Amino acid sequence: MARIGVFICHCGENIAGTVDVFKVAEAAGKFPGVVHSVEYKYMCSDPGQTMIKDAIKEKKLTGVVVAACSPRMHEPTFRRACAEAGLNPFLCEMANIREHCSWVHEKGEATTQKAIELIRIMVEKVKRNKPLYSIKVPVTKTALVLGGGIAGIQAALDIANAGHQVILVERSPSIGGHMLQLSETFPTLDCSQCILTPRMVEVAQHPKITLYTYSELESLDGFIGNFKARIRRKARGVDEKLCTGCGVCIQKCPQKKIPSEFDAGMGKRTAIYVPCPQSVPNQPVIDREHCTYYIKGKCKICEKFCERKAIRLDQQDEIIEVNVGAVVAATGFDILHSKDFPEYGYGKYPDVIDGLQFERLASASGPTLGAIKRPSDGKEPETVVFIACAGSRDDAKGIPYCSKICCMYTAKHAMLYKHKVHNGKAYVFYMDIRAGGKNYEEFVRRAIEEDGAVYLRGRVSRIYEEDGKLIVKGVDTLLGAQPVEIKADMVVLATAIVANQDAESLAQKLRVSYDPYHFLSEAHPKLRPVETNTAGIFLAGACQAPKDIPEAVAQASGAAAKVAGLFSSSELSREPVIAVVNRLPPPVFSTCTGCFLCEKACPYQAIEREEIKDRKGNVIKVVAKVNPGLCQGCGTCVALCRVKAIDLQGFTNEQVYCELMAL
Amino acid sequence: MEGHPEDQDQSLMSRVREGTGESAYKCYQCGKCSAGCPLALEMDYPPSQILRMIQLGLPGLEEKALGSLSIWLCLACETCVARCPKEVDLPKIMDFLRQESLRRGLTHPTAKNIIKFHRAFLDPVKYTGRAFEVGLIADYKARNPISAFQDVLIAPKMFFKGKLSLAPHMIKGRGEIGRIFERAMKKESKK
Ligand SMILES: Cc1cc2nc3c(=O)[nH]c(=O)nc-3n(C[C@H](O)[C@H](O)[C@H](O)COP(=O)(O)OP(=O)(O)OC[C@H]3O[C@@H](n4cnc5c(N)ncnc54)[C@H](O)[C@@H]3O)c2cc1C
Ligand code: SF4
Ligand code: SF4
Ligand code: SF4
Repeated sequence: MARIGVFICHCGENIAGTVDVFKVAEAAGKFPGVVHSVEYKYMCSDPGQTMIKDAIKEKKLTGVVVAACSPRMHEPTFRRACAEAGLNPFLCEMANIREHCSWVHEKGEATTQKAIELIRIMVEKVKRNKPLYSIKVPVTKTALVLGGGIAGIQAALDIANAGHQVILVERSPSIGGHMLQLSETFPTLDCSQCILTPRMVEVAQHPKITLYTYSELESLDGFIGNFKARIRRKARGVDEKLCTGCGVCIQKCPQKKIPSEFDAGMGKRTAIYVPCPQSVPNQPVIDREHCTYYIKGKCKICEKFCERKAIRLDQQDEIIEVNVGAVVAATGFDILHSKDFPEYGYGKYPDVIDGLQFERLASASGPTLGAIKRPSDGKEPETVVFIACAGSRDDAKGIPYCSKICCMYTAKHAMLYKHKVHNGKAYVFYMDIRAGGKNYEEFVRRAIEEDGAVYLRGRVSRIYEEDGKLIVKGVDTLLGAQPVEIKADMVVLATAIVANQDAESLAQKLRVSYDPYHFLSEAHPKLRPVETNTAGIFLAGACQAPKDIPEAVAQASGAAAKVAGLFSSSELSREPVIAVVNRLPPPVFSTCTGCFLCEKACPYQAIEREEIKDRKGNVIKVVAKVNPGLCQGCGTCVALCRVKAIDLQGFTNEQVYCELMAL
Repeated sequence: MEGHPEDQDQSLMSRVREGTGESAYKCYQCGKCSAGCPLALEMDYPPSQILRMIQLGLPGLEEKALGSLSIWLCLACETCVARCPKEVDLPKIMDFLRQESLRRGLTHPTAKNIIKFHRAFLDPVKYTGRAFEVGLIADYKARNPISAFQDVLIAPKMFFKGKLSLAPHMIKGRGEIGRIFERAMKKESKK
């Protein structure tokens, strides 16, 4: 006979304010099988849990229903309490009378009645619950880090230094990401490459890190602790083991006029190239789209001059397969491009550039060796206008959010310009100055007060060219929205930070959710900022939202700590809510007829085939079997099975029917 | 359900919303409209400031907006609409403010001529179905004698280019046009 205990929580006023908890307790006490029914102010508190534990022992309960909040909040709490009192934790269920009742209805008779009904169906379910035991799965203690920007680098180093293997996959020929392109960094103005390159070298030399650059994730299967990743290593055209990075091929390559991605189009590169001299690794790649050999079928100059015989013009892409236990996505961001700014003539006037292009102009290793020269004629601009919020906070351009870092880097740009061109005039059009970081506000004030950048509050409406000048038409809203016109020699747009173009397809490969702007979504905006909705996959850096370097690094270390925590034991325990195929005594063995529709339908490839043999070893029947390590308990097979041979543990068909019939 | 503050009284803000479907709260005062408006320099308050007056709704400010010359200078060229990052339809609001200004008798003195021009433009449309330039000029100048000799020198040139015709053109659907006017006037008087 079932002996069920019902425990009703007031949740302070959250439940008791709308539901008559005393009446509910009385009604529940009369349900068949219920031997104990009480209410209490806070069931999750220590005394609340003690009430449950005592009742289990004293009343010899065979099942517990806690009527309180969502099981997402406190199911683990109450199941643990039951386990401590010697009751199998899976014999404890929650009836959600808060989110499903008191919070969404007015106070009254009907609301109280609904709470009673919610408990009634749970009591019927618990009566049919069976003791279940957690499933143990092994953990592969290798992490896959996607993206080798500062976030990916930091995550890889932290995980490796915690003693675990790391595979770092970077799409471009070198690690470093956007930070490697920056000149100096706010708010300290330290040289970006000087602080980044030591970390890049550390990654390359770390015995526990395997680095795959010029590579991309093809697919990811499996689940937490046991992922299988397929990685495409794009054909580099160069044998990495032989190449010493001497650079002779680069000097000799006849294709010299290709716009350099690393220099944001401000400089040129060859067809065989490394993005910059500090690249890690420093072995070049061949860009087949621009290589003479691939276009015309002959050239091979690099091959001729390479003393190490490292050039492999016929190399093919290679797919490798690795087993990993956790994944950190650190694939970074992109910026909004020219087609989105017709009113500013970006893409039409060469001297209207974006922030990354300015970084390359200001960088000592850039195409102008750090001199501010405008692209059109190489002259030093006497007046530069910086435009913040170019595309950000702009519903009309589909970007209502704030890109967060532009206020700061625009102040930095104005400052760097004034440091390099002492008599130059720097104007900054802004809408608000968002400088909420450590030493950030002080930094912006320095640009204004010490370096003399003139800040105008207003948006620019239009930019056009007249007599060799760029006419910038804006307003100053602090002067009563007076139209102002500035004749500039160069304009720098702080274009919006956007997600990578392939962010959506990456999210789908990883099976993690993403927001309407394709930034990858965290599991909880406050409490789980580095986890995703998919267990075992974590986030770091600007792939989640616009971020500056300190934030990207902090999140990367956070993700690494999560991975290290996951790898701290060699086994994971998982909830036993999985499908099982029934087994019956001979001669039936199972109602499964071996149609294997479930095998095709299972999204996790968890259905296997089992041969049932007689004593002599002859196969009598082939039936389905669920691999408990792979099954995620989605229930697709249960819905599909025509002979009802499969059931979901903890949510059996019988349990669900009885819940419904109780209503 | 408790409403947005603007639903709670009949402020100008809420009348604008009812009359145009546009919310002035959307505007975050970036000034991009004022920066691009071809008339901003002639206006007593640039377009973004007119919106600000409606947003604040403080005593005196609504009247200031309705009594401004700006609302009468707006050409409805829609430059601001094309540029506004928040997609505020300013000319639609300006048009509503003009009607409201007339209704409440707050019209800016200089605007009187503009209104005369509007009337002189619309009257022939009402009766002939078309704009009639020579009639328009004569009518406008009769309504506003000070302007009698303004722009008089360009008339011969336009005449010889065939831009000015001495008799109005008539169109077929004159009756319908008349009815449109009637309905509009009825709607207006009900307000
Ligand atoms: C103009 C400008 C100036 C800035 N100035 C400063 C400053 O002064 N101070 C500051 O703190 N911050 C600054 N920032 C912000 C800084 O660049 C970012 O905070 C930082 O780069 C974020 O690092 P990340 O690793 O998250 O992303 P990223 O730097 O974008 O790195 C992501 C990496 O992942 C790779 N990748 C992308 N997709 C894939 C894929 N599918 N598979 C494998 N690899 C992939 C990319 O190639 C890249 O190497 C500036 C940004 C800009 C645009
Ligand atoms: S073969 Fe291609 S990469 Fe090599 S030198 Fe010629 S153009 Fe350059
Ligand atoms: S452009 Fe739009 S948001 Fe900006 S001030 Fe004008 S109306 Fe307001
Ligand atoms: S529509 Fe009116 S307010 Fe807008 S730009 Fe044109 S004249 Fe100015």
